[in-house]
Amino acid sequence: MKFWVSAGLVFSLAVIAAATVKNEYYFFAGYTVLMFVVLATAWNILGGYAGYVNFGTPAFFGLGAYTAAVLFKATAAPLALQIVAAAAMSGLLGLVAGLLTLRLRGIFFAIATIALTVIMETLFINWRYAGGATGLQLLRPAPIWPFASYTTMLFVVMAAMAVGAVAVARYVETSWIGRGLRAIRDSEEAAECSGVPTLKLKVFACALSGALMGAAGAPMPMYLSFIEPASTFNLNYAIGALASPMIGGMTHYMGPVIGAILLSTLQQVVTVTISGEMNVMVVGVLLVVFVVAAPEGILGLFKRWKKPSST
Amino acid sequence: MEKTLLDISGVSKHFGGFAALTDVSIAIAPGERFGLIGPNGSGKTTLINCVTGTLRNESGSIRFDGAEISRLPAYRRTRLGIARSFQIPRPFHSMTVLENLLVPLAFVPNREFLARSGVEEQSLELLNSIGLADKAGTQSNQLSQVELRKLELARAMAARPRLLISDEAMAGLSGSEVDEVLAILFKLNDTGITIIMIEHIMQAVMRFSQRVVCLDAGRIICEGAPAAIVQNAEVQRAYLGA
Repeated sequence: MKFWVSAGLVFSLAVIAAATVKNEYYFFAGYTVLMFVVLATAWNILGGYAGYVNFGTPAFFGLGAYTAAVLFKATAAPLALQIVAAAAMSGLLGLVAGLLTLRLRGIFFAIATIALTVIMETLFINWRYAGGATGLQLLRPAPIWPFASYTTMLFVVMAAMAVGAVAVARYVETSWIGRGLRAIRDSEEAAECSGVPTLKLKVFACALSGALMGAAGAPMPMYLSFIEPASTFNLNYAIGALASPMIGGMTHYMGPVIGAILLSTLQQVVTVTISGEMNVMVVGVLLVVFVVAAPEGILGLFKRWKKPSST
Repeated sequence: MEKTLLDISGVSKHFGGFAALTDVSIAIAPGERFGLIGPNGSGKTTLINCVTGTLRNESGSIRFDGAEISRLPAYRRTRLGIARSFQIPRPFHSMTVLENLLVPLAFVPNREFLARSGVEEQSLELLNSIGLADKAGTQSNQLSQVELRKLELARAMAARPRLLISDEAMAGLSGSEVDEVLAILFKLNDTGITIIMIEHIMQAVMRFSQRVVCLDAGRIICEGAPAAIVQNAEVQRAYLGA
């Protein structure tokens, strides 16, 4: 109940901001922050709960973005349909990739997901209809009433998706699925011998995580009015999606949210005030600091502070 | 013909060129207390891994309650009623002791589960019977060695098995702790659960088992009552050398 009230409050805040704030830039930046909230939340379902490190975020994100772009080019489908199609395609990719690679444990799975990104990028570089290596210019349609500008509309859409993604992650975490995923992370063999269908649960987590990443990628072509492979399948998405839960905390659904808001906002500030290259540095430094000083993230620090001597 | 709960027949397993198990056949009756002994590396844990599904046997068949199970994934076998404790304890370390038991309780569907009181009460009851109730809220990575062994057994029991395989549940424990774990296993057997005990502590396995099989280099070298096994020349040779 409390969760839904807060979720509603957050979303209303986004809507109110959209109605009152005049400077477009805030929506442009806010969109990216919210997008990373979705990506980090999605990543955490497989990476945080089940402990399977996924470097393939750009593959799922990019497939979602391209699905939306191609669908728009072919049929001028509305944004909602683009998002649904993108989620379906990336979810399918998660399902197939999961079935193929989730028998691999630990580091081997991580390596396979890097390969997945390269495969997807190569695929789209060579697909002429989707713009090939040079990319595809897309003309934004008029924003839907009551939105005054398309960017503001995308901001609100992304806010809705962020709330939705967190709600999904929360459901997974608190249900029997989450219990099974945690058991897998702690000991896969013991989980299996406790009746947990480990492969099924992992594939499910991978597909769900992929679908959310795909959904997060869907509005990207409209956001930029442009899509091209190198920036769409950029490794920075993988790093952002992975670093945010690590910084925020991986055991609770709020961890990735806190991490993504902190990290992306900082990156936006650094991009504007210092340079676009420095923002990548920020991730690296923060990641090192947190891995050394607070391996359980901000939520871990908070928990330790709340009850100083639990042992 | 006596009824058989677990029927292992002609099971072989190779790791590369190494024959870990060669043509092993064992039949275990419902309610039996069965001991599996053998020197280190003789294939005891490999055999158990084949029975529980952690490994797949290459040839032979494993039947549980009449049904062939040797191609089923491990979690299906657990749901059929085969549970195990691990030689090296593998607790779900991010969870409390109680939460550890909630995993099998949530994932192994059973009739009792629906009919009876809440899951947490069931777990507490189980912890009580195994002597871990006071640790229910403790994070499982903070348990002592004997507590970890008990947790292994408790978690296996939470799967409501018909066959419990205890893989060296007593290794490294003191004399009184061995007696404690032994008493738990006797008590479980009294409730009708068939138990396979793998153990190096001879005095424990001989006291517990009604029947013992000794493995050496992946083959059964001897089978019989505990007293006869101890006297067997082959067994003495396997353990002590020629």
